[in-house]
Amino acid sequence: MLQIRIHGRGGQGVVTAAEMVSIAAFEQGRHAQAFPSFGSERTGAPVVAFCRIDDREIRLREPILAPDVLIVQDATLLHQVDVFQGLKPDGYVLINSKRSFDELGLAEIAQRFRHERLLTVPATEIAVKHLGRPLPNAVLLGGFAALSGLITLEAVAHAIRAKFAGAVAENNVAAATEAHDVVRRELEGLTHA
Amino acid sequence: MLKQTEGSHAVAEAVALCRPDVICAYPISPQTHIVEGLGELVKDGTLAPCEFINVESEFAAMSVAIGASAAGARAYTATASQGLLFMAEAVYNASGLGLPIVMTVANRAIGAPINIWNDHSDSMSQRDSGWLQLFAETNQEALDLHIQAFRLAEELSMPVMVCMDGFILTHAYERVDIPEQAEVDAFLPPYEPRQVLDPADPVSIGAMVGPEAFMEVRYLAHAKQISALEHIPRIAAEFAQRFGRRSGGLVRGYRCEDAETIVVALGSVIGTLKETVDALRATGMRIGVLGIQSFRPFPLAAVRAELQGAERVVVLEKSFCVGLGGVVSTDVRLALSGLQLHGYTVVAGLGGRAITQASLERMLREAVADRLPPLTFLDLDWGIVNRQLEREAQVRRSGPIAENLLRDVGAVAAKVA
Repeated sequence: MLQIRIHGRGGQGVVTAAEMVSIAAFEQGRHAQAFPSFGSERTGAPVVAFCRIDDREIRLREPILAPDVLIVQDATLLHQVDVFQGLKPDGYVLINSKRSFDELGLAEIAQRFRHERLLTVPATEIAVKHLGRPLPNAVLLGGFAALSGLITLEAVAHAIRAKFAGAVAENNVAAATEAHDVVRRELEGLTHA
Repeated sequence: MLKQTEGSHAVAEAVALCRPDVICAYPISPQTHIVEGLGELVKDGTLAPCEFINVESEFAAMSVAIGASAAGARAYTATASQGLLFMAEAVYNASGLGLPIVMTVANRAIGAPINIWNDHSDSMSQRDSGWLQLFAETNQEALDLHIQAFRLAEELSMPVMVCMDGFILTHAYERVDIPEQAEVDAFLPPYEPRQVLDPADPVSIGAMVGPEAFMEVRYLAHAKQISALEHIPRIAAEFAQRFGRRSGGLVRGYRCEDAETIVVALGSVIGTLKETVDALRATGMRIGVLGIQSFRPFPLAAVRAELQGAERVVVLEKSFCVGLGGVVSTDVRLALSGLQLHGYTVVAGLGGRAITQASLERMLREAVADRLPPLTFLDLDWGIVNRQLEREAQVRRSGPIAENLLRDVGAVAAKVA
């Protein structure tokens, strides 16, 4: 079972992101369960949402305490929430930032994990470019698809179109596609380095 | 059709497939998405004919449902927590009058202290109201139970509550199979009321009944619920035959056949318990879980039949009777009258406290060793409890309990779960 935890702030579409991951996984024929951490539905408050993906029915209903994947939609949370709590040693991390792990002050934490699985992507900037609004959730899913290969960009695009319609959907798909390309190039850089 | 969707949305679709004539509800978390979804279906004409009535409170919601049902309409509403308490008088009236209203309760704690998270306190508070209460383990079962609930309610002419864990189910996206309209139509015939306010054939409904017949009216309500013990499994069996999956029924055992220890539970925690049972079985422990789908009527005989071969029974419940202990446990003990079994009550998940597999495994190992106290509070933070008790022992003006405990706990924002 693959367990994904998404951290962000109220208003950034954290819950919607987890739901879209589950729709993408379902589209690929898998079982998926997405759910929010409940309560802090206030703009700007730290919000966590979860998604489990498996090849059989998912029965477990506890919060995800030991994730395989972390997506951080807002890098300012790094000073407020222990987002790395419980992350598995071979886990994936994708942080919304134009800065690197080192520049974010995460060099020490990064040493505990596989460096080729830790990436940042400027999702807010990509979102502003395509949507005119700083909504990084769908953008990061495009990046996550490239980083992990666990879901496809096509499934992410399907999920975006399932949640949104018209120009909003297409602009998010374009933004997610750009993030996918950015992450793929970053990964190529890592393998050549 | 298979679909990845939110539990609330799945329930809204299921209710719409049941062709309700009147829907009325007042928004309250975590139920809101259900009636919002239905409101959209009525507005865009998908669900027609149907009147969606905006009301000013939960009391009004149930009152409108009563009026609609008495006028011969198939009526639906949904609520949770304080909303259910606020409509309590009308809840009793609906059952007392024998009106087959279906209501979703998106289970949530009751304040004070105010808490919007999941436990079973709300529907348990109405356990004696005369409504039937069915509990869903998954969103698929929640969806299916609504279709069965209309059939059951109308066969009996009694109201039915479908209880589903707030947030844990209502806000979870998972795979559900949503049936076709024709399949539901074949399963659920049009509503044929036993009593109806019809100008062409006038009756009055709601007579004052004195000592001469009140007990008899009450007895008949009980007799109906007891007869539901036959209706519920029959309806579930027919549902399974038509829709190809098992949902509902009275009780459902998982790996109970040779179990020495059986955990009894209601609702979505059964899923986590099944994972826990599998993990413990792998270590050689003979353990199973018994889910109770029908809490009212309480299936005494079915529960006894499932549990009588075990050596010990652990009732894990998201409800709590202050001054006694378990709520479900009391009923389970009645089912086990005369049997020599070790019985444990574990209160868990109150106010949304996460029930983790690790905590369940730890607790069940204690239970199997018969080291568990008769009443256990899973993952209770004794540190903050004892600090408050000390405070109260030391000073008279010890202050408000909830505020004190929150100060002792510290910032929760830094915690992940």
